[in-house]
Amino acid sequence: MPQDELQSGDLGRFDYAAAFTAGLFDPDRAPPDAVSGPNGKAAIKRYAVYRNNVTVSLIDALAASFPATLRITGPDFFRAMARFHVRETPPTSPLLFEYGRDFPDFIERYEYAQSMPWLADVARMERAWLDAYHAADAEPLASGALASIPPERLADTVFVPHPATRAIHSHYPVVTIFAANRSDGPVGRIEAGDPEDALVTRPGLEVFVRHLPPGGAVFLDRLMAGEPLGAAAAAAFAERAEFDLAVNIAGLLQAGAFTTAHQGG
Amino acid sequence: MNGLAPAFRMSKTSRFPALPVAGLAGTSFKHEHLPAILGDDPKGGFFEVHAENYMGAGGPPHDALTKIRRDYPVSLHGVCMSIGGPRPLDKVHLGRFKALVDRYEPALVSEHLAWSTHDTTYYNDLLPLPYTHATVWRVADHIDEVQEAIGRPILLENPSTYVLFPESTMSETDFIRELVRRTGCGLLLDVNNVFVSATNHGYSALSYLADFPLQHVGEIHLAGHAEQEDDEGDLLLIDSHDGPVADAVWKLFDIVIGRCGPLPTLIEWDSAIPDWPVLKAEAAAAQAILDHHAADSLFGKAHAAG
Repeated sequence: MPQDELQSGDLGRFDYAAAFTAGLFDPDRAPPDAVSGPNGKAAIKRYAVYRNNVTVSLIDALAASFPATLRITGPDFFRAMARFHVRETPPTSPLLFEYGRDFPDFIERYEYAQSMPWLADVARMERAWLDAYHAADAEPLASGALASIPPERLADTVFVPHPATRAIHSHYPVVTIFAANRSDGPVGRIEAGDPEDALVTRPGLEVFVRHLPPGGAVFLDRLMAGEPLGAAAAAAFAERAEFDLAVNIAGLLQAGAFTTAHQGG
Repeated sequence: MNGLAPAFRMSKTSRFPALPVAGLAGTSFKHEHLPAILGDDPKGGFFEVHAENYMGAGGPPHDALTKIRRDYPVSLHGVCMSIGGPRPLDKVHLGRFKALVDRYEPALVSEHLAWSTHDTTYYNDLLPLPYTHATVWRVADHIDEVQEAIGRPILLENPSTYVLFPESTMSETDFIRELVRRTGCGLLLDVNNVFVSATNHGYSALSYLADFPLQHVGEIHLAGHAEQEDDEGDLLLIDSHDGPVADAVWKLFDIVIGRCGPLPTLIEWDSAIPDWPVLKAEAAAAQAILDHHAADSLFGKAHAAG
């Protein structure tokens, strides 16, 4: 029978994991007393193999999930930054594609990244891209779906977001920077530019990143929160007077941002 | 308690053909190889995937694995169940593992004699455990729990290790034999791990294999390793999976297959991944050894020496 909780008397016999992990993120710590080499050999370099495997593999996992961030900073900067993050916030799930949710906020605070204020938003884009990549599969709502809704009911229409859909708000030209650094071409030059909000969708197998028009991110946030079209459009107008409802709704449908539409109560 | 192996439950509504894996060599499945693999004709061998990479809800990983599974037997290899850890198994993770077994109907299902999670932290490495009567009891419980959840036996893989626990009271082979006896699990014999651990701890790989319960082995792993030095300046091998299989490991593999007959054999190559033809050639080399011994066993030589 599996025992769900350790009995207190077991603790002495089962403390190998606590002892072994104590130094895995601390290179200054001696190997645990519980381990050795064979025939009395030392375990300093031997234990360091595990410490190195853990830290390097987790840095590699962040490098795989945030390739544009890595290209922008270069590998030495990225790996130093990632090492701090791995030691401060190691993963809590064995699913490595879930790791790095706190990495963009860490980058925003990271002392040596302060000269790249847009870097955290690029990382947020990459996190959203990876979430879209692994999201549940679903057939998106067809672009022409609105034609079947009577005009007087449009304002009450509620859209169900596709599982992959994400909106990213940014004060920086994050879509341009992201796009320039996710390819194999030369690293894109990063110029000052207008703020860009981003839409991430995956209507089929491929993830798409688009630049949302003014007010589009607020509009999409409200729709994704379950607000009807009329209320979401009003919030977007309040945010940006130049908000264009027709352009925005057509763009979202064409990108495959929703799965169904129905009348709100 | 002698846990009986749960009977293999056939899915009532199979989504995939029941492709046999007996006597085949295969490789790790890497997404960058998918177009080349789909273009292969004839199709042979099998593919092994790390279960955790397919635990997302949807998207390209599931699409790729579905395409592979239509044409090939698949081996589902769990990397982070933490069977060798002192803490209870993660029930949510076990549920995800079962869902993959149900969905892809793998020919082989395996996990490691190691642990990777403690308290709330996932360490992303296969960490070692002491071999004692207390730990054998706990690990057997964990294996029982996995096998009950998925409704079939698993193959448990022998680890590569860099340290020993002086508190161990059993040899690794005795520990593994006891787990087989208690749980009815099968074994995944990683020949590279045998060579790495034997080198690192100064014993003979051949005597380890002579002690190993070979009759319970259902799959073989082969992989490349890297060389470092320990504190005394002696050779310390690292189970790196980043290159071709070493000659000494091929030799041990030949001996094992000579004793066991042709077992499903996997080439693991997980970093510095080569182009598909290189990996495929490595599997072809393993297949040649399997075929050589299959021909031998036709003439009754394979089991002659016991």
